[in-house]
Amino acid sequence: MSVLVNKDSRVIVQGFTGKEGTFHASQMIEYGTNLVGGVTPGKGGQSHLDRPVFNTVAEAVEKAQADTTIIFVPPAFAADAIMEAADAGIKIIICITEGVPTKDMSAVKNYISDKNCRLIGPNCPGVITPDGAKCGIMPGFVFKTGKVGVVSKSGTLTYEAADQVVKAGLGITTAIGIGGDPIIGTTTKEAVELLMNDSDTEGIIMIGEIGGTMEADAARWIKEHGTKPVVGFIAGQTAPKGRTMGHAGAIVGGDDDTAEAKMKIMSECGIHVVASPADLGSKMKEVLA
Amino acid sequence: MNLHEYQGKQILSSYGVGIQRGMVATTPEEAVQVAKQLTEETGTGWHVIKAQVHAGGRGKGGGVKLAKNLDELKSHAENILGMQLVTPQTTAEGKTVHQVLIAEDVYYPGESETSEIYMSVLLNRATGRNMIMYSTEGGMDIEEVAEKTPHLIFTEEIDPATGLLPFQCRKVAFNLGLEGKAFKEMTKFVACLYKAYDGADASLFEINPVLKTSDDKIIAVDAKVSIDDNALYRHKDYAEMRDVREEDASEVEAGEYGLSYVKLDGNVGCMVNGAGLAMATMDIIKHAGGNPANFLDVGGTADAARVEQAFRIILKDDNVKALLVNIFGGIVRCDRVAQGVVDAYKNIGEINVPLIVRLQGTNATEAKKLIDESGLEVHSVILLQEAADKVAEVLA
Repeated sequence: MSVLVNKDSRVIVQGFTGKEGTFHASQMIEYGTNLVGGVTPGKGGQSHLDRPVFNTVAEAVEKAQADTTIIFVPPAFAADAIMEAADAGIKIIICITEGVPTKDMSAVKNYISDKNCRLIGPNCPGVITPDGAKCGIMPGFVFKTGKVGVVSKSGTLTYEAADQVVKAGLGITTAIGIGGDPIIGTTTKEAVELLMNDSDTEGIIMIGEIGGTMEADAARWIKEHGTKPVVGFIAGQTAPKGRTMGHAGAIVGGDDDTAEAKMKIMSECGIHVVASPADLGSKMKEVLA
Repeated sequence: MNLHEYQGKQILSSYGVGIQRGMVATTPEEAVQVAKQLTEETGTGWHVIKAQVHAGGRGKGGGVKLAKNLDELKSHAENILGMQLVTPQTTAEGKTVHQVLIAEDVYYPGESETSEIYMSVLLNRATGRNMIMYSTEGGMDIEEVAEKTPHLIFTEEIDPATGLLPFQCRKVAFNLGLEGKAFKEMTKFVACLYKAYDGADASLFEINPVLKTSDDKIIAVDAKVSIDDNALYRHKDYAEMRDVREEDASEVEAGEYGLSYVKLDGNVGCMVNGAGLAMATMDIIKHAGGNPANFLDVGGTADAARVEQAFRIILKDDNVKALLVNIFGGIVRCDRVAQGVVDAYKNIGEINVPLIVRLQGTNATEAKKLIDESGLEVHSVILLQEAADKVAEVLA
């Protein structure tokens, strides 16, 4: 088992024929992802990387039975691409694009709230289930099959965690990069919940960073409903205050906002918090022993 | 992107939000000239001189003064222009004042008492919706109000499908205890303010204070406005409002090379790919007994030229006693970064601080070989823990 994506996922790429889309689609095909085609408006009917190109997502769903999409379109068009996928009935929407305006994402969040889909990202590295499907931009070889699920806001820090877990001899079920933007489709708590309900996942690594309350919300959920050990880390213990967060935003976030406060809440909720990011793998090995 | 008060007010005013009117000046002579013009246009007798810098608490640092005549005005403008303004939100060094806003006096006496209100518009990250936060306790430090009298802070969340609705504007005005003309003016103020926030792709509006004048007008006396950087492509006119003098020179330079850099005051410089790993690397430095001198994300295309530029920027800081490169190669190939390190070392010439290079991921082995064979005095490590140990060792 795994979550979100596996070898049976029927994956398309939106922004298929662009530079980014082409490069990463090739990488995904090479990894073994079941890529059934892609969408570039106006290029429907063509073939790209030996896969069909469609004009619309609806067409890709109808003709190629697509159920998962990865979005590489430029920031100005990303919100539209997500909503098109949701409207077409795509179940798993992964948006890699960085730099989507917050206002656009607010509209997206509202639009997809009553659709039967799950959005991951934007501004994320994607999702990978080793030996099943790589739906993202991560280096596939770092991730080996195993029993630990990873949830992270950050790309390279996800790779770091996976590398440590694999070197500790544990391996990965699914790694989910949820993205670091103010508005994202799937929260830390939701991603953790997916992994808690996955029978193959025995332990979870949860990596957060300063800003917002998602880690604290996840920690409180874990305290109530957790059935597996969770190892946690918050990046930004040494980050200066107020550089990325608005003045008034810090009030709303309240005391849950700093790395220190988040780590304290996580510890209180029974999460095995590591102070150093170098200890993620060894700590997971210790708690699963 | 942060804006000056006068720029923020320009945006508000363009959406019909009532503001304290004013004009900007860069010399004392110009200050006098615009003050005369302002009196003609508004009838104001007194003027307020306000330093234009990107920091709150300007009044506390002597950056806001009231002038009752033009002589006073000129003397205040002389004192404020060019001063190093230190406020609770700046460094001890303060910020140089390049411009002053000459504004009308809005606290004139009249039929009713004036009152100050706090109002901000921002994103509620928990719901993904914007909200208006407001309080009767205007003119004060809002953190203090939140701590001591949280029941005096109200919020109103906006449904993105409908926008701010008239009943919500009325609710704000009722909660602020307003009546009559002031009530009506407030509903209009709130409606226009939200329209401005939405239309301008703002990420923060903080209006402290909003003033109810003695003749029951509602106006923004101050304006802290930030625009969503990701949306600037559709607001070219706002993008031009950027004042790079308000930003750290090294950070501006780094931005020109596509590097995300924040200067800090520690002793260990670092160059990393990815924001999360960059913050984690800063944390590792702290755990190893050092202090991070910067945050630096080289981004997804860390080629030799960028690496060299990053080195030059980090090494400008004399406090840097060691430099840690931490790259986890995904798309970025480690051997290319390694080549960048070797080239940078040769091109820059003297690098007098120990250099620790940790390259992991795509082509890490080739990268380590490249560095080891370069003959440079570089500490090459593979694991994150080894990097931490090495930092501790070179600082000892």
